[in-house]
Amino acid sequence: MNAKKRRRLAFAAAIVLAAGGGAALVLTTLRSNVLYFYSPSDIAAQHVAPGVAFRVGGLVEKGSVKHGPGAEIRFVVTDGKKGVPVKYSGVLPDLFREGQGVIASGSLTQAGVFDASEILAKHDAKYMPPEVVEELKRTGRWKEGEGAAPGAGS
Amino acid sequence: MSGELGQLSLCLALALAIVMAGAGIVGTREHAARARRVATSATLGFAVFIALAFGLLTYAFIVSDFTIYDVASNSSTMKPLIYKITGVWGNHEGSMLLWMLVLAIFSAAAAFAQAGSARLTSGALGVQGLLAVAFLLFILFTSNPFLRLDPPPFEGSGMNPLLQDPGLAMHPPMLYIGYVGLSATFAYAASALIAGDREAHWARAARPFMLAAWIALTLGITLGSWWAYYDLGWGGFWFWDPVENAALMPWLVATALLHSALATERNGAFRTWTLLLAIGAFSLSLIGTFLVRSGVLTSVHSFAVDPERGEFILIILGLAIGGALALFAWRAPKLESGATFGTVSRESALLFNNVLLTAAMATVFIGTLYPLFLDAWSGTRISVGPPYFAITFAPIFVALLILVPFGPRLPWSQGDLKAVLRALAPAAGLAAVGFIVVAALAPSRAILAGLIFALALWVIGASAVDLWTKRKSRGLTAASLAAVLAHAGLGVTLMGVAGTTLWRAEALDVLRPGDSLSVGGYQLRLDDVEDASGSNWRGVRATLSLIANRQTVATLAPEKREFPNEDQSVTDTAIRTTGYSDIYVALGDQRGSGWTIRAYVNPLAPFIWFGGAIMALGGIAAFLGRIRARTGARVAAAVPAE
Repeated sequence: MNAKKRRRLAFAAAIVLAAGGGAALVLTTLRSNVLYFYSPSDIAAQHVAPGVAFRVGGLVEKGSVKHGPGAEIRFVVTDGKKGVPVKYSGVLPDLFREGQGVIASGSLTQAGVFDASEILAKHDAKYMPPEVVEELKRTGRWKEGEGAAPGAGS
Repeated sequence: MSGELGQLSLCLALALAIVMAGAGIVGTREHAARARRVATSATLGFAVFIALAFGLLTYAFIVSDFTIYDVASNSSTMKPLIYKITGVWGNHEGSMLLWMLVLAIFSAAAAFAQAGSARLTSGALGVQGLLAVAFLLFILFTSNPFLRLDPPPFEGSGMNPLLQDPGLAMHPPMLYIGYVGLSATFAYAASALIAGDREAHWARAARPFMLAAWIALTLGITLGSWWAYYDLGWGGFWFWDPVENAALMPWLVATALLHSALATERNGAFRTWTLLLAIGAFSLSLIGTFLVRSGVLTSVHSFAVDPERGEFILIILGLAIGGALALFAWRAPKLESGATFGTVSRESALLFNNVLLTAAMATVFIGTLYPLFLDAWSGTRISVGPPYFAITFAPIFVALLILVPFGPRLPWSQGDLKAVLRALAPAAGLAAVGFIVVAALAPSRAILAGLIFALALWVIGASAVDLWTKRKSRGLTAASLAAVLAHAGLGVTLMGVAGTTLWRAEALDVLRPGDSLSVGGYQLRLDDVEDASGSNWRGVRATLSLIANRQTVATLAPEKREFPNEDQSVTDTAIRTTGYSDIYVALGDQRGSGWTIRAYVNPLAPFIWFGGAIMALGGIAAFLGRIRARTGARVAAAVPAE
């Protein structure tokens, strides 16, 4: 075997090794870090186990936001058919408002309350998360023109 | 008038870009000197018309010409002048025109520089012309910035307040210079394939573009992360968000490319691999543009989008990547393989660098795009959590950082591992001392912190050793200084990331004036909350006293701004930095008579961006070194001719 062939073999071996090891690492980590997206109706239908992390999205139900104690806040995320109670401790995003779309990440408690660790509402008043738009379209509550307007943002 | 002139300029630029593409590619043939001259002139004309169009749009923004739809929907008369100007690219249409402007500047630079052979330059101009045609069609048909609005409104609807910030104002131009710089590199690579560049001259010719792109991407990512840190009010500096990953992936491949091209330039080693990286880096830039523009992924940074544009970019993406890979498959086997090298050599070090950087890119790529594929495949909607990226990305980068110090010390072709280890002994010593000191002093997670700081000091120490020995032997070139700075910057950033993630202190409470909360050894007392306003916003400003050891050391004033014209509110954090630690306060919503206050103490946070700036400085050193060497060579070549 000459030097050139040896070099090629080493190169190929390095690639295979890195790719194989990487793929194994990626697949196992990916499996344990995937967050599924459910609507409140999905949660009611599928009985997601308490403690399993996932994301829920919908609209903040009008009149459901309650503050306290301390920095805790409780509200209901609804898709028009079902609602799920959410509790969260922290600073709310600037555009968190009743009737607006939100996505919350977290998990259900034993009592069926969604304990959110992160709330995503948008910076832009015109914006709706795509998942929420799709959900609203599915449940027939989507009004054309209330979502993404072309040309805004960067 | 300016709208019609702008429109006309874009159409003329399109016509010239078509000429540029055709003549440029014909010019790669041996005896087509005329086509090459046409390509050069067309390029310069194209650049002039794009600059004219961009100038006209900027003018329309400055004078608030609301008869232009783009201005009316993204600007307002009340904005400060600086944000009227940055507003030009603070929206989709304008940002695409900025993209074209950068492409035009790079093309003109390539036409003037005439680096490499005339055939190579001509082909590069041709490929740039093809890209210009594609993106000009995109602009004219889906994102025309000069569309008229009739009747014009009395007041524009304003710009996203989050973008009204000096950090973010410079962020898009930096990223675009990065993306488009990679398009120039791509153009040279494609031209090399078309023209059959046997000696791999293209790598040398494209080097300044590669470096400019890398510097801009490094600065762009650093600025973006800094902006997210102080503007989003979450205290974090990186969220593994699709939009952030879209910029990180090209950076990783561009970094790999910068390294492998060194070997290619020297003796043709890795020549096909380097070509592939050039294609890959630009493809990832296009994928990044697609992800950001199409809004297919939910992101903390995503803004309003239009699916039609996403499709158009996807078509350009398919044609560019598909075309380039087909060209690669057809022509690359005809290139001879380069020189051989020993197992212990700089080439080997570069090989490891490339394998690791590519692997890091692959994990980010999979994590970012997996939700998209799964949604298309089965309709299941998921997102990939940040822990995935931390777990897969971190080990690869640790391996990379362990190996970084070896690269610059190893000679080309064949090296002596023992000699290198001897030379690096001081760096290893520094790392060992660092481990002991940090592990002894660390408030928490002592062993992990000790190991990470040892790794950072290993990299920084090796850079210092390099600087010292090369200065002593008078072997310090711009290129070696660049490696010293870029590698040391990586170590500095690592320290910042480690300090912030391991030792951050966080507190959240509802405070009434007079109440205080404690965070990381400090007391924060809310003194007052009062109304505040600016030219286009109203809001509240809280005044907090920062108390350490019963003494007030500083006053912090975070704000919450409402932009009535845009119907948005923005958190303006207050950060007090000591240079090695940040005290960070964000004002939340009102709860009864109190206000939510979120405070962090982020040890070493400034190091994150400081390191990024050092890395960019390294790039700048290499860039200036190249430019000087080139002008020097040209002068030397010109003298005997006289």
